[in-house]
Amino acid sequence: MEQVFAYTKGMVRTDTSYCPGCAHGIAHRLIMETLDEMGRLGSTIGVAPIGCSVQAHKFMNVDMCESAHGRAPAVATGIRRVHPDKLVFTYQGDGDLASIGTGEIIHAAARGEKISTFFINNGIYGMTGGQMAPTTLIGQRSTTSQSGRTVEQAGAPMRVCELLATLDGAVYIERVALNSPANINKAKKAVRRAFEVQEKGLGFSLVEFLSTCPTDWGLAPADAMKWVSEKMIPYYPLGVFKSPEGGQA
Amino acid sequence: MSEKVLMKGNEAFAEAAILGGSRYYFGYPITPQNEIPEYMSRELPKRGGAFLQAESELGAINMAYGASASGGRVFITSSSPGIALMQEGLSFLSSAEVPLVVLAVCRGGPGIGGIHPGQADYLQVTRGGGNGDYKVPVFAPSSIQEAVDLIYESVELSDYWQNPFLVFTDGILAQMMEPVVLPDPRPEMKNEDIKKHKPWAITGYGDDDSKRAVVKSLRMVPDDLEKHVEKLFEKYARAEKELVRVETLGVEDADIVFVAFGTVARITKEAIELLADRGIKAGLIRPISLWPFPYGAFDLITDKTKVVISAELSMGQLIQDVKIGVGKRFPIGLINRTGGIIPTSLEIANRAESILKAGS
Ligand SMILES: Cc1ncc(C[n+]2csc(CCOP(=O)(O)OP(=O)(O)O)c2C)c(N)n1
Repeated sequence: MEQVFAYTKGMVRTDTSYCPGCAHGIAHRLIMETLDEMGRLGSTIGVAPIGCSVQAHKFMNVDMCESAHGRAPAVATGIRRVHPDKLVFTYQGDGDLASIGTGEIIHAAARGEKISTFFINNGIYGMTGGQMAPTTLIGQRSTTSQSGRTVEQAGAPMRVCELLATLDGAVYIERVALNSPANINKAKKAVRRAFEVQEKGLGFSLVEFLSTCPTDWGLAPADAMKWVSEKMIPYYPLGVFKSPEGGQA
Repeated sequence: MSEKVLMKGNEAFAEAAILGGSRYYFGYPITPQNEIPEYMSRELPKRGGAFLQAESELGAINMAYGASASGGRVFITSSSPGIALMQEGLSFLSSAEVPLVVLAVCRGGPGIGGIHPGQADYLQVTRGGGNGDYKVPVFAPSSIQEAVDLIYESVELSDYWQNPFLVFTDGILAQMMEPVVLPDPRPEMKNEDIKKHKPWAITGYGDDDSKRAVVKSLRMVPDDLEKHVEKLFEKYARAEKELVRVETLGVEDADIVFVAFGTVARITKEAIELLADRGIKAGLIRPISLWPFPYGAFDLITDKTKVVISAELSMGQLIQDVKIGVGKRFPIGLINRTGGIIPTSLEIANRAESILKAGS
């Protein structure tokens, strides 16, 4: 019989530790399938900083290290300077990348560091139990914005792709969403392009995934996917913000 | 070994790290150690390595972590406020058992303090400084030659112990010039050879994913974390036996025994001569390793001694270890300056003499 589906060698054969309906697992698989298809599992090094995905090394079948909260782009920079022939990626949450780690991500992008960053924007601090993130939407409730985030108190949510796209060293920047099969297919193509930009030595690449956190959003998994479509995408438009060909969203 | 050459401290330190085998340097400018990143930016690209000016000391220590976790030999340097920013990283590297050599050129504090020499980061460097149960071996040279030798040696020691190593100095050694003999270059570690020496390094596993490597610190299960910390402390217990370094001078029959390290120890040696001219016998315990601290050297002090004096550029930090070393056997005195002021040998001699007289 013809085999139509096989488990990717890129994922370790074990259950993930993520909550039901959390899209970390989808993002993991897209990245690992891509590396598998590119034949690069054995020549890739990943960095997972603190956040729900700090133990991504249990699931992603590549050499990996953990990093302190926010510091993954610096860690990846160090790795890449020793191993210019390897693919190096970071896998970061929005608290990690857009709050405590803003210095590291902006300068890695500005230097045109030849690394790929996968940025999981779930609009909240998952691991610590649902506090407000720099990406939490206006009006969105969190344990530290209990009546909903306001601009007066916390400013407006940060659009990371748009910010980083202003830097010359950032060569490929795309925002995708993990809320539908069609968008998941697009997300996989974005992952591939990010790695290809790195393989060609063109500079820094980043894919932002609009993702879910049913547990801390207080929503059922299906409603969480709907929230991505109805609330997140209007504020965080999908598309390519920067590409080597100069394509814009 | 080289002929004797006259070198500025900072440049000699940088060259010692390269000769020791370090090929990666990440740093952020801070006085009084700026000649080191300057030297590295010139030299490392020529010598098969890489230099990068980081966006901050947070960036620098984490770049260093990545480079070393993937098998490179890394040397970084900074000064007090910068070393403070690196503490989370040092704790992380110690937990993840990743090697690194750090040169800390201590200046006056607290806060932004000043740029002149100090030792007020003594407790920070010897007691951890970051979070959690961990230790970082610390060497404190008192000449440029000794700094060169300790940095060179630390490159190998940190690989062997899989732990960060600190060399702790100040702006005097960093900025002055002295004749030094440079050691022979260690053979370079090529990327193909990393796994032979560092099987734990994350280099990409090639064709065989059974060789997959993970470098990590997190242990969510308390049992696992306790076991991990206990394993670290077995290593530290061995280090406490094997890494103690100390110089002693005329301790056995001294009226006064000084305890001093680094620059202050050098000045104290002159003070000891001044006291000898006045008929007062003084000796010196000079800890070269600040952790592990040479408590054993205090057993050399005989009952003839009337006072043990901690001489330091801080408000009574070294004295805490002196108290542990002395126990209740002798009275303890303190001679100190802070804020970037260096006492002269005459000041040390005079103050020591008054402490001695006040006690008798
Ligand atoms: C220096 C430091 N500050 C705070 C924390 C606590 N902390 C752990 S994870 C986290 C936020 C994680 O949120 P995010 O990056 O959005 O990832 P998620 O868990 O949502 O996937 C925080 C604040 C920490 N580990 N280290």
